[in-house]
Amino acid sequence: MSVLEHAQMAQPAIQSPIVNDFSLVVATANGTGSQTANLTLLRSFFKLGIPVHGKNIFPSNIQGMPTWYHIRVSHQGYVARKPSEILVAFNPATAQEDVAALPSGGVCLYHTEIKNLPQRSDLVYYPIPAGEFLAGMDIPVKRKPYLANMAYVGVLAWMLDLPLEVVAEALGAQFAQRAKLVESNLEVVRRAQAWAAQNLQKRDPYRLEPMNKTEGLILMTGNEAGALGAVFGGVSVAAWYPITPSTSFMDALKEFLARLRKDEQGHPTYAVVQAEDELAAAGIVMGAGWAGARALTATSGPGISLMAEFVSYGYYAEIPAVIWDIQRVGPSTGLPTRTSQGDLLFTYYLGHGDTKHPVLLPSSIEECFEFGWKAFDLAEELQTPVFVLSDLDLGMNNWMGRPFDYPNQPLQRGKVLSAQELEALGYFARYKDVDGDGIPYRTLPGTPHPMAAYFTRGSGHNEQAQYSERPEDWVRNMARLARKFETARKRMPPPVIQAHPQARIGLIAFGTTRYAIEEARDRLAERLPTSFLRLRALPIGPEVGEFVAAHERVYVIELNRDGQLCAILQNELPELASRLYPIAYLDGLPLTAQWVLEELLKREALQ
Amino acid sequence: MENPLPTTAPKLNLAGLSKKDYDGAPSTLCKGCGHNSISSQIVQVAFELSLRPHQVIKLSGIGCSSKSPAYFLGMSHGFNALHGRMPSVATGALLANHTLRAIGVSGDGDTGSIGLGQFKHLMRRNLRMVYIIENNGVYGLTKGQFSATAEEGLRLKYAGENPFPPVDLCLEALVAGCGFVARSFAGDAKQVRELLKAALSHRGTAVLDIISPCVTFNNEDDSPKSYGYGTKHEKPLHELGFIPPAEEIAIEPMQPGEYRLVELHDGSRIALRNLEADYDPTDKTVALRRLLEAQEKQEFITGLIYYNPHRPNLAEVEGLHTPLAHLSPEQLRPSPAALAAVLQDYA
Repeated sequence: MSVLEHAQMAQPAIQSPIVNDFSLVVATANGTGSQTANLTLLRSFFKLGIPVHGKNIFPSNIQGMPTWYHIRVSHQGYVARKPSEILVAFNPATAQEDVAALPSGGVCLYHTEIKNLPQRSDLVYYPIPAGEFLAGMDIPVKRKPYLANMAYVGVLAWMLDLPLEVVAEALGAQFAQRAKLVESNLEVVRRAQAWAAQNLQKRDPYRLEPMNKTEGLILMTGNEAGALGAVFGGVSVAAWYPITPSTSFMDALKEFLARLRKDEQGHPTYAVVQAEDELAAAGIVMGAGWAGARALTATSGPGISLMAEFVSYGYYAEIPAVIWDIQRVGPSTGLPTRTSQGDLLFTYYLGHGDTKHPVLLPSSIEECFEFGWKAFDLAEELQTPVFVLSDLDLGMNNWMGRPFDYPNQPLQRGKVLSAQELEALGYFARYKDVDGDGIPYRTLPGTPHPMAAYFTRGSGHNEQAQYSERPEDWVRNMARLARKFETARKRMPPPVIQAHPQARIGLIAFGTTRYAIEEARDRLAERLPTSFLRLRALPIGPEVGEFVAAHERVYVIELNRDGQLCAILQNELPELASRLYPIAYLDGLPLTAQWVLEELLKREALQ
Repeated sequence: MENPLPTTAPKLNLAGLSKKDYDGAPSTLCKGCGHNSISSQIVQVAFELSLRPHQVIKLSGIGCSSKSPAYFLGMSHGFNALHGRMPSVATGALLANHTLRAIGVSGDGDTGSIGLGQFKHLMRRNLRMVYIIENNGVYGLTKGQFSATAEEGLRLKYAGENPFPPVDLCLEALVAGCGFVARSFAGDAKQVRELLKAALSHRGTAVLDIISPCVTFNNEDDSPKSYGYGTKHEKPLHELGFIPPAEEIAIEPMQPGEYRLVELHDGSRIALRNLEADYDPTDKTVALRRLLEAQEKQEFITGLIYYNPHRPNLAEVEGLHTPLAHLSPEQLRPSPAALAAVLQDYA
């Protein structure tokens, strides 16, 4: 069957137009360079002023395994995952199931080299003879497969009314204005679009129309935003061991540091070390924090497992450190390229013995940036390891956001005594609670005063940092650490609460599940009004208990199997525990609003 | 700080300190432990070199050896880290402040087993520090199990017979790229001292593998890590003397060719009088062959086995200038204009 025959097959009639409201999925094999084409589409929609978000669902593999790039376009601004109506089928291996997954009335744009594409009478089909558009172009053979992906950009541009000058602008941003690359890519887009205009007949309802809803916004990944935040927090030492999905955090950090952190003579004011493993990465961070530099590491679940010993040390010896956990699916190696909220319990209590740690919970690129710098203030003020719990979905995908606010307070370096202060005090006891907030004073190595030195150890110690096995020393020190944690409770970023005056039902969540929840709440506004508390840190403050007390039932929605946040809240709010119910689910993909909505209706027996 | 002068003023060094000022807390190790004698050599050397205590950091892992930093240089910051993890902590600390002098003390279990990975990577990065291994072949704190440096076939009362060949930590250091590899014996105080001084002048990581007998679990005269064996069988490659920078050579006169002067990075020198003909510690292949030979013949060779000052240390590789711990708030946080410029790229 020829391309044109296929295009002219009996197909569903055109429905009324659907403008700026659809999901699109590009199915390819990884390692074929489709990311450039996908990001070009994403940026084009963004530059048209339409709210947009892209999610890369990719394999743990270098080349040849299936990968799906989802783009949601929503004039209402929704960015949660939503099943796609439009499919770009460029991967023969998954074409069967990809086509099967389309809803009735959906659109399938397919590479004409795919054999045995399933035929459904309820879909609109558009062929893309991708190879043909490269004919006669002067490009190296090895770049051809990459450029071939631009063909679907061109056909989509025709189908959706996407102006080519917007695509050109997006390509410019993509290739940092390298004119030759922009031009060759654009040429394929141009040819594909022209071919489609000539040979295809539009039969689907989906269209784009320019809006002004992205004006002034930026498009960035959470890992980039977090790394940039760390740079504005004064990170000076970074150590890591490569692990998906935290690698792009460190890549971005290195780039921003090289750009922004040199002294007047051009010397770097930072050091980044690729460690031999996560044990060493955590050790480097502890050593640097102890000696007075702001230090971080970024990792994921398996790395956190290895860091447990140093985090336990850092808690007890009271050393500032910042640890980003870009969560992926565990247990064990799990699903390395899929997202989860499965490390909450683990990081909150990480370490043997009685340990607990402040955990920041960003949900957006703005919060990644803010917590990126704030984590250092908290770590140094509290003299303890602080976790920032991001996830693969937030970290590796591009999100819209407001341009970040410059830090609204100077660097908070905590209680560090200088030689002059030691001289004036005439006394120094490293682990003494002088101020009643549980936070002792410390000195840095190199402080020129005979009283400055102390001995840091993970073994039992008294207020003077001397080795001690005395029961009363142990109890006093651990009680002070518990007091310090109560101080932390008051300093963590407060939750964001959206109260609904008629709501009997409350929802609690953290991180990126907010997008599915917010959309579901809108859709349920009439039928089941809810209030929503989005937690931004552990330990919790008093607002959480007040919120739970104000509602008959509170569902804690999270992306894991066991309802980890719900368990923590039940533990911390025992008198309210019976009002808390987990809605927890994890299959490696971000939640959809539809799932949240159905689950809530089911729980409330309204379905 | 009140510091009443004693009635008879002790001898002060160039830092204005007495030897006592370099003491630490009283040792809690066994009487006669080799580690205690190494601690006292560290005190002696720090005093002789007029080290400023606040510019020194002491680091260790876990084990008997790793307790010892509490027993010297009480006016220096100390970090008793986790088992086998001292190298990473030292790396972080010296990245934060590369002007500090670091003395690390580890043991054969800490370095040769649980910490072998970090040890090798420390050599690769060439962090500027002295890395002392107090090597006694056994785990003392857990009652005398063999460590990875115990000789094959060694019989001990508690542990039985060791069926596995030993890890030679000097060999490991050498093949990992270390530029200062020395072996010594806690019973040879003078050699330990001179090697310590030279190690403190080295540009990168200096490894001192010091056989330091465990008087409780591994000190029978037939054990190669005992006092008796060491005293009887130590085979120094050379006599050595450390000459600080700007100091005249004050060693006893020797015929030309009898001794070799090795220039250290900071202008100090080591004078080596060869006891083994033609041993050249600047030749890596020679050093490697000699170590393998010694292992084969069960010889207890000591001295500066290998020296190479040419590799840059980690701080040099990173291009560090102002210690990162001393950066001003303005240096730490770029300007609002810098933030705006970055965000422009994402608009």
